[in-house]
Amino acid sequence: MAAVLELLLREEVAVAAVVRWLLHGPGHRPAEENHIHEKLVSLSLLQKDFVPFLLNFLREQTSQILTNGPSTPAKTPNSKAHGSQRTGSERRAGHATSSRVQLFSQRTSVTTCTTDTSFSPAVASSSSSSFSGSSLSSPCGDFPSMVSSSSPSFGYSPLLNHGEKRSSQKASLGSFLTAMPEALPARRGRRKGSGSVSASGRPVARDLGHCLTEEEDGKSDSASWSGGRRKWSEVPPVSARSPPSQLNLNNLEEFPPMGAASGWTNKSKPSRRINPTPVSAERPLSKPKMCFTSTPVSQSPAARFSSGTSLEAFTAVQEGNLTSMISNSLQEEREMLKKERCKLQHQASSPAGISLDPGTPTKPSYTRSASLPPESHLVTCADLTKVSCKKQLECLAQLYSSCIAENLVPNIFLELFFVLQLLTSKGTSTAEDGDSDLEINERTKDASGKQHFRSVHNCVYFAVQVLDYQYEIISRLEKGLLKLLAENERIASFSPSLHRRLRQAYESSTAKVSLLLPCSVQSVSFQPETDNRSNFPSDRAFHIFKKQRDIFYELLREWEDNHEKTGWDFERVLGNKIRAMMAHLSATCNHSHFARLFQKQLIQMCKGPVGGGASSGDTPDQDVLNMLGSDNLSRLKRLQERFIVPQSIRGPCPPPSFPGCQQFFRDFILSAGSYQFNQHLMDSLCLKILELNGLTLVEHEHSDGEADMDEQDEKKRFTVVLLSLRLLAKFLGFLVFLPYRTVEQPTRDLQDSAVALRNQTLPVLDVLKLLRQSIQDHRSILTIPWIVEYLSLVDHIAPFLDYYRKIFCLLLQVYRLMVLSEDKEMSFLNKLLILAVLGWLFQVPSVPEELFFTTDVRQEGLMMDTVTSAQALDSVPLVDQQLLYTCCPYLGELRKLLASFVAGSGAKNGGFIRKITPTAAESLAPKASVTQRKLQVELEQAFFHNQPPSLRRTVEFVAERVGSNCVKHIKATLVAELVQRAEVMLQDKVKEEDANHDKLLEEVCAHLYEEGAQALIKGREFCKKKGPEAVRVLLPEETSAAVLSSAEDIAVDLATEKACGWLSANIAALIKREVKATFNRMLKVPGLALPSEDALELRRDCPAGCQHCAPFPSQIINEIKDVLCIAVGPRDEGEVIDYIWLECLLGRLSETLRCRKFMCPTSEQQLAKCTVELASLLVSDRVPLRLRVESPEKTSERLRVKNNPTCALLKLLLSVWKEDFGTPVPVQLIFSKKNIGYLAEVKQREWDLFLFMLHGLVEHELMRSSEIESCLRSLEELPWPSDFLKELEVLSRVFTSEHRVAEPRTNPCELTRQSLGTVAAQS
Amino acid sequence: MKLTKAQYDEIAQFLGHVQPTRQSLRKLKERFPSQSQSTLLSIFSQEYQKQIKRTHAKHHTAEAVETYYQRYLNGVMKNAAAPVLLELANEVDFAPSLMARIVLERFLQEKEQAIPSKTLINSMLRDPSQIPDGVLANQVYQCTVNDCCYGPLVDCIKHAIGHEHEVLLREMLLEKNLSFIAEDQLRAKGYDKTPDFILEVPVAVEGHIIHWIESKASFGDESSHQAYLQDQFWSYWNRFGPGLVIYWYGFIEELDCHRERGILLKDCFPTDIVTLRHSMAQR
Repeated sequence: MAAVLELLLREEVAVAAVVRWLLHGPGHRPAEENHIHEKLVSLSLLQKDFVPFLLNFLREQTSQILTNGPSTPAKTPNSKAHGSQRTGSERRAGHATSSRVQLFSQRTSVTTCTTDTSFSPAVASSSSSSFSGSSLSSPCGDFPSMVSSSSPSFGYSPLLNHGEKRSSQKASLGSFLTAMPEALPARRGRRKGSGSVSASGRPVARDLGHCLTEEEDGKSDSASWSGGRRKWSEVPPVSARSPPSQLNLNNLEEFPPMGAASGWTNKSKPSRRINPTPVSAERPLSKPKMCFTSTPVSQSPAARFSSGTSLEAFTAVQEGNLTSMISNSLQEEREMLKKERCKLQHQASSPAGISLDPGTPTKPSYTRSASLPPESHLVTCADLTKVSCKKQLECLAQLYSSCIAENLVPNIFLELFFVLQLLTSKGTSTAEDGDSDLEINERTKDASGKQHFRSVHNCVYFAVQVLDYQYEIISRLEKGLLKLLAENERIASFSPSLHRRLRQAYESSTAKVSLLLPCSVQSVSFQPETDNRSNFPSDRAFHIFKKQRDIFYELLREWEDNHEKTGWDFERVLGNKIRAMMAHLSATCNHSHFARLFQKQLIQMCKGPVGGGASSGDTPDQDVLNMLGSDNLSRLKRLQERFIVPQSIRGPCPPPSFPGCQQFFRDFILSAGSYQFNQHLMDSLCLKILELNGLTLVEHEHSDGEADMDEQDEKKRFTVVLLSLRLLAKFLGFLVFLPYRTVEQPTRDLQDSAVALRNQTLPVLDVLKLLRQSIQDHRSILTIPWIVEYLSLVDHIAPFLDYYRKIFCLLLQVYRLMVLSEDKEMSFLNKLLILAVLGWLFQVPSVPEELFFTTDVRQEGLMMDTVTSAQALDSVPLVDQQLLYTCCPYLGELRKLLASFVAGSGAKNGGFIRKITPTAAESLAPKASVTQRKLQVELEQAFFHNQPPSLRRTVEFVAERVGSNCVKHIKATLVAELVQRAEVMLQDKVKEEDANHDKLLEEVCAHLYEEGAQALIKGREFCKKKGPEAVRVLLPEETSAAVLSSAEDIAVDLATEKACGWLSANIAALIKREVKATFNRMLKVPGLALPSEDALELRRDCPAGCQHCAPFPSQIINEIKDVLCIAVGPRDEGEVIDYIWLECLLGRLSETLRCRKFMCPTSEQQLAKCTVELASLLVSDRVPLRLRVESPEKTSERLRVKNNPTCALLKLLLSVWKEDFGTPVPVQLIFSKKNIGYLAEVKQREWDLFLFMLHGLVEHELMRSSEIESCLRSLEELPWPSDFLKELEVLSRVFTSEHRVAEPRTNPCELTRQSLGTVAAQS
Repeated sequence: MKLTKAQYDEIAQFLGHVQPTRQSLRKLKERFPSQSQSTLLSIFSQEYQKQIKRTHAKHHTAEAVETYYQRYLNGVMKNAAAPVLLELANEVDFAPSLMARIVLERFLQEKEQAIPSKTLINSMLRDPSQIPDGVLANQVYQCTVNDCCYGPLVDCIKHAIGHEHEVLLREMLLEKNLSFIAEDQLRAKGYDKTPDFILEVPVAVEGHIIHWIESKASFGDESSHQAYLQDQFWSYWNRFGPGLVIYWYGFIEELDCHRERGILLKDCFPTDIVTLRHSMAQR
């Protein structure tokens, strides 16, 4: 491995040759055929290991300089802090943990249902541990951190064995090295310690032997190479790797100078309590290591410690190493620790001690005594002139860039991140005069063992070189990053040309990315087709689901309100409620309904970028929004983003998480713990995924270059579908792998048996088939991103299953083949998205580490049809930066890294710190219409909410088509016309002067642009005409008028917006293009509808011209009730009812009854009943009427006066009953025992009123006389007092006789008096 | 009419142990002349119902029932015309209508030698003429007529008021040209929970989007509002999105706290209504 690098660095082999060598697998074809450099031929078996070696080499090399990553560096840098003070072995271990910790801040321990999805505490702790070096404070410092973070780590040592790894720990990039094709035994190897046979070692050695013998009589090898080779061949095959003692002593990176003792102190955070104690001793027992990069043992120790700072340190190291060679115990490490501590205390006493830098010069005096100027804490000014070994750096940069470009690295963005870390590395000023070291370095024979990255200058030089190579990718990233790069003064000073290009890229970039799109929580609307009673087996099921729906939202609201509060625990608060709900669902088999609701709500809430950051804190305050209006809304959003979107750097490969609202759904599933529910949910998710995955998103051939309107629509649609798919797939993955999830990596044995078992089962969703299909159909841009989400949640075993192995294999193949360039097959950003998500997937903790480098990428199954159909999504430029960053928010880490560098670089770079300019009050006043517009947008969304989804589809479809047609129409009419005119104009002018054609064209076009503005007016007209027609035809006939007209309006507006938006942006270009085309040809060939009236609701018939201003029925009932109250008693002293008032009440009753508007059957019936009661009470003289004309005269007179008004009231009632009531009036109630009882109670019975009533009833045809007679007869049968009974009988007889003979013409009142006389006479 | 919590509490406190008679109502009006009569009545009714709910159980123990019945019998024996039942109810702080029911139930039980059906009781309370005993019929009628918080008459009035306000709201919607689907239409379509009106095309009221409007012809106090939220408003939200509740007789201001979440309270038909693109020209 080192040999290859060696060859390269010594310029014996060109970079291109190495790359070629890397790209062509062993044994494919004879080497000559591929033009593989002869020197590399023999090393063909090492190909696989070379890239990881290179990556680790770079990290090792730069480890010292990256002491000060940005405040929370994601990966490499921090660990160097310890690394620089420790021996290689320790450092490696340190890296293995801390760096990996940073990479994957913590494994998602899904089994414990934490509400913390971002795992920020873990991030914090891990990063702090790297600062504080807490892991160093104990001899086995690595252990705690390794155990605590079960997450994998990204190793640095090229040959890191698993010696110290816990099974729970993810292997590192470095460990890929040891993991050979049959690499799994590597795990066993770890226990055996240093001398053990590394599993991978054996085959390497054996094959090496082959190669070497073949090459025995080869040409001259370089000294180092032959040395290296000899060394290798000398090593017995069993222990291909030389024992650590031999190697490490000779290796500078393995054995960093001790002077670096305080690398960590350079951190901008001065107040660290724990000062790590560096230990420099080998721990051969616990950590075997071998390094091909190592220089032979025979080298002089002096050279090794050329860069060491203090003599003490040097001896300490030496001693440590020697002892470690002899003893295998940890004892000496402890001793070392003591010593180091002691030393540190010494150093700490002088201020200089804490500001030492890895690159500190050898002179002990310097490090000891120099008190550093304050600037030394600032970032070193990288200086091009101070760069050493440029050639080698260039060489490495080229090789490294090629690896990135050829997708040989597992994650290109990880590498870019690393490069940016190098770019922003912060050495201190003291590091600047490291010339003496360099000289010594030069003397080092082993080129690959040399420290190429010892100074900031070198790192920056390398970084700038790589960035230059990677310009293509970088220039496609978001604008913010480009800005920071364009402003980076290191780039500016190291490569003015790159700086210039970046500047240009920044200026022309339109790739503004916002990760914060506020989304409001909406409910899933009730749709009768799926939700009404007929969709349920029983009333009970329907009813229970009704309740469950409400409970679900109740839980959601509770979560929304409280989940951010400290101490609020999902399971504790909601767990039981959720399980109770599940029990209810089980009882009625309603799971499928609920799963659908759940899934819909999930999409609704979480399809936004940050997992639907709709937690109440994230949505901007409504009032603020209203105040600002939508123009300022975007500014506000950006401002808010700065505050809300976490600035802490979590590294470019965070583990899968459930941000925002997704958390609720995840925790819900966990708390529910319902097998049935999960199954139904999986079904529902699968169905939706298949549906979305199969959608035809692109329907027409794409024009080259210029973005058409339809393309924009397609892009939008694609984005929505892709984001939904990813969300659904993530949850499906979560559910599918949930039962197998373990906190720790299972042991090998367990794994084997689990694999054997699970190989028998079928996957819930045939992802492999879909993947293959998508590749075949050129739809991988849609399918791979969601499959990645799905796979990111695999458990530890799944990747070893045959099925998933195939998938990973295929994905890997795709990854390798997806070399970034713009081509017909797939657009650049499409590829970039796929690479980004795949790269991320390969770093996911549960995806086995050996996968990337060991999987044999056979050219299996990658059969792509060469025919690109319209369906070929891949070829359509669908991905833009917004989508890329939405899908891969971790790409934003690049920018954060740069931003934090700018922020941290202090006053020197003062200009870079951008202040937040308040977006304040400039234009708050005239924004009313803006608010209105915003409200309109919201209303539009709201309008669709409760309508069937088809309405929205229709409207959007119409809008899209009409908008598109509109543009076509304008092109065909207006533009064509303009072009014709232009033609004429041009023809004239071309003849005149053969002058500047371009200028001529400009002139003519400028003329036409003004007229081009016409396009907007015409476009608007077109949409307004066509939109409603189409909507009307497409919507169901039964659609209500209001809905129809709103739908039409929206369609028209959307279409207009689309068409006019496009036209206003492109009409000039369009005209120009058309004119130009015509010109070229010429040169070649000389020659809403208004809201319609809603159908007024049919009313029952009020009288003509009714103003509906009668008193409300309730009012009348209430008033009658009051009358009844007084009549029935008890009354207050002197309480009476005013006669006039009562008369008026009855008049109003009549009015009320006539106006039907507010009447309902119950009111009317009640009124009927009450008035009958009232009549009964009137008849029996129970109503204490007060007459206005008070005449306390003769009894007879009083009687007369008194009778008249009651009669009048009764008459009124009779007429109301007859004329005004719509319902039958229960007048027979007058004859009820109760009501007749009132009469019986009266001492002086007023039979005349009663008789008057009876006549009235007959007269008004409310009762027939025969009915009354029978009522009277049945009354007589009741047990009355004898005198009353007698009177009743008389009355009955009188009534009967009178009605047999009486002429209806007779005045009823007189008649009454007559009959009264009769009754009185007879009683 | 919106009341602050403090204003409301003052009224509620005054209502402490007031009997549900017209006399009490009169006093209430005198005490709080600035409040509308219907608001006061609504608050009174709700407060009284709360009180009854608290004490309901103690009036229904076998002992209590027996005591009341005996007292009734003794009372009417002495004077059948006296308001025996009504006074008894007032004396023991119980709603007259409910007292009438207890006694009627007990009476029928004795007469029929069986527990009478609820339907029968309700029917007799609605129409005391059906009560076989004339005296009891009178007594019961007196109770139901005098009760201003319970009883068939009050129920009917409440129902009528509710209906009338729905009609009013419908009129206002029509007048504003806002098209809607009414409850009965929704039921016919099989909706499981139905607000009074669903707007076919949503509007914005005071800047908040609303999809539905529920009319409540009562005063929105804490307990009733909570119950409504739980049983109705949130359920509507869960199905149709945000909406508007009109408490025609007012509500406690502080309850209008779910505006952002999607439940808007008003005590009248809103005036600040923005409809979906009433004028396209503006855009």
